[in-house]
Amino acid sequence: MAGRLSASPPWWQNRRLVPWLVQGAVGLGILVVIAFLLGNLVRNLSAAGLLLSWRWLGQPASFDIAESLLPFNASEPYWRGLLAGLVNTLRVVGLGLIGATLLGTLVGSASFSSNGLVKRLARIYVEVIRNIPLLLQLVFWYFVVFLALPNGEAAIQLPGIVLSKSGLFLAGFEAGFHWSGPSLVDGVWQGPLRFTPEFGALLTGLVVYTGAFIAEVVRGGIAAVPKGQWEAATSLGLGPLLSLRRIIIPQALRVIVPGLNTQYISLAKNSSLAVACGYSDLYSVAETSLNQTGRAIEVIVILLAAYLAIDLAISLVMNGLNRLVQIKER
Amino acid sequence: MPFLRKLLPKLSLASTLGLALLLASCASESGGLQSQKIDLIKGRGKLICGVEGKLPGFSFLGSDGAYSGLDVDICKAVAASLLGDPSKVEYRDLNSSERFAALASGEVDLLSRNTTETLTRDAAGGNGLSFAPTTFYDGQGVMVGAGSGVKSLKDLAGKPICVESGTTTELNLADRMRELKAPYTPLKFQTGDQTYAAYLQGRCLAVTSDRSQLAAKRTNFPDPAAHLLLGEVLSKEPLTPATTNADPVWSDAVRWSVYALMQAEELGITKANVAAKLALAKANPNQADLRRFLGVEGDFGKTLGLPADFVVKEIAAVGNYGEIFDRNVGPGSKLKLDRGLNRQWSQGGLIYSPPFR
Repeated sequence: MAGRLSASPPWWQNRRLVPWLVQGAVGLGILVVIAFLLGNLVRNLSAAGLLLSWRWLGQPASFDIAESLLPFNASEPYWRGLLAGLVNTLRVVGLGLIGATLLGTLVGSASFSSNGLVKRLARIYVEVIRNIPLLLQLVFWYFVVFLALPNGEAAIQLPGIVLSKSGLFLAGFEAGFHWSGPSLVDGVWQGPLRFTPEFGALLTGLVVYTGAFIAEVVRGGIAAVPKGQWEAATSLGLGPLLSLRRIIIPQALRVIVPGLNTQYISLAKNSSLAVACGYSDLYSVAETSLNQTGRAIEVIVILLAAYLAIDLAISLVMNGLNRLVQIKER
Repeated sequence: MPFLRKLLPKLSLASTLGLALLLASCASESGGLQSQKIDLIKGRGKLICGVEGKLPGFSFLGSDGAYSGLDVDICKAVAASLLGDPSKVEYRDLNSSERFAALASGEVDLLSRNTTETLTRDAAGGNGLSFAPTTFYDGQGVMVGAGSGVKSLKDLAGKPICVESGTTTELNLADRMRELKAPYTPLKFQTGDQTYAAYLQGRCLAVTSDRSQLAAKRTNFPDPAAHLLLGEVLSKEPLTPATTNADPVWSDAVRWSVYALMQAEELGITKANVAAKLALAKANPNQADLRRFLGVEGDFGKTLGLPADFVVKEIAAVGNYGEIFDRNVGPGSKLKLDRGLNRQWSQGGLIYSPPFR
């Protein structure tokens, strides 16, 4: 009797093993199909003389990039150029995320304002901006706003700040750590810190566009907190600021964070529209590389991988944040 | 990373689907009949031709809704030679970056879009195009404002220059500025419209492109006289229609349809007199050259997969090369470009058709 009880059931009834086996088999099947398709792809590409090759990445790029945080010139290899493009993309995405979050939070909160004008303005901003395609907005910001700025002597000048057609110039430390402001040399502005109109237009476009969506996410998050919570906080004797900070925002964040993730990811992807306003982002550099080398598949693979990596990184951070603000069950 | 574990199956599914689509498209492109493309065009009843669309003199969609220009006339000539009717063309406006993908994927049958012939674009290991004869020998130029004080390329050191991305001009500019050891700021735009808009708005001191294109675009500027072309020619730009390497029969048909336009000019056959020349050839058995060229005898058309009278149809539709040039970019147009290198070889130019034999 004891022997019977201790005898384990046959392997096909093992509740732990069987699911593993089934999943393993399905996974293996998928791998085989992918391997077959990849093999087929390589065979057909090599038959067409288009076998993937990455050697070109080490060859001199022989094109210039208009602006780059990484020092880059035409004699450096393609990979350096693509890296400079990636850094430019990250720069606009990073600043864009911060700007859009600030703007969105401000406008989202403003739609709960007791001031009717502020409330209406917030609604108008959201409705106008999110119903116009981003590409049009970028073209507008670049050609109608930034390129309409005066140039040279006529540029808008404030102490330490100059806004002209050739960009925004700020005072800052120059080589040798001495403070200096923007100056006009031969009719061209120069300064220690410079933002080009291309960068400005793209950043403004992304911030304004994504800000409208984030405002809606924030508004939805705050609206999702039941009115009773406000009343309960008030009845406990908490002031409006304290109840917002301790009661409302922690609950609203649970709704806001997943929505923010989506908006952040779209901002990163939308940054590839940079080419509409002449900014040298990753996509722009990749396009030039493709034009020069004819290596379409390789360049597209690099682009896909880069944008996927950026978006997965954003998701990773946001999912971590989401876990932090979720209800902790004890 | 639990989310990654959840994501991976979806990713692999998506990539599998993507690959399958890619393979399916490869499979339908390869193998099979000798001139799949010609059969396809005949079955469809029209030629799909990739053009620029916004370049006066070369390909321009006019206010009457009709395309005109030198590149467009090449499309019409090929349609006339294959289908017997120059109006059986569907035009696709393509920008510089998308043109080769559109041709390679079969979205257009013929690319007649002021495209420079280069080694990389021709090579099977590069873009894998098959180039027809060059229809316009051009060179890269630089346009600046008349009051800018810029006299040569050197004066542009450190200055922003507008250029269309995905073009040979972008690369030539980089090479020349490197030779001059002059740093500069290339502002790259995806379409010609954006490039010229940024230049006209004063963001760039100069704009660079093929000299013919600069001259053509200038005709549409608010004040054409306020813009000058610098004397320097940065490069050779043979603007050439192209097909893909995939169907050599179709490529040959296009090639000789274009040569026929040049040969017709050399022989003095024009849109006006082609009917008379045909009658002369039919009546006179001794005119062997003319009879062969116009398809009265021999089988030139058949060997190319074209009708026997393809030359007659072409010339009757658009005239010979000289007529096409004069009408679109020469004296008969707003551009008023000199024939220059585009004269017949017998007059010191580069237009030279191999013998029709």
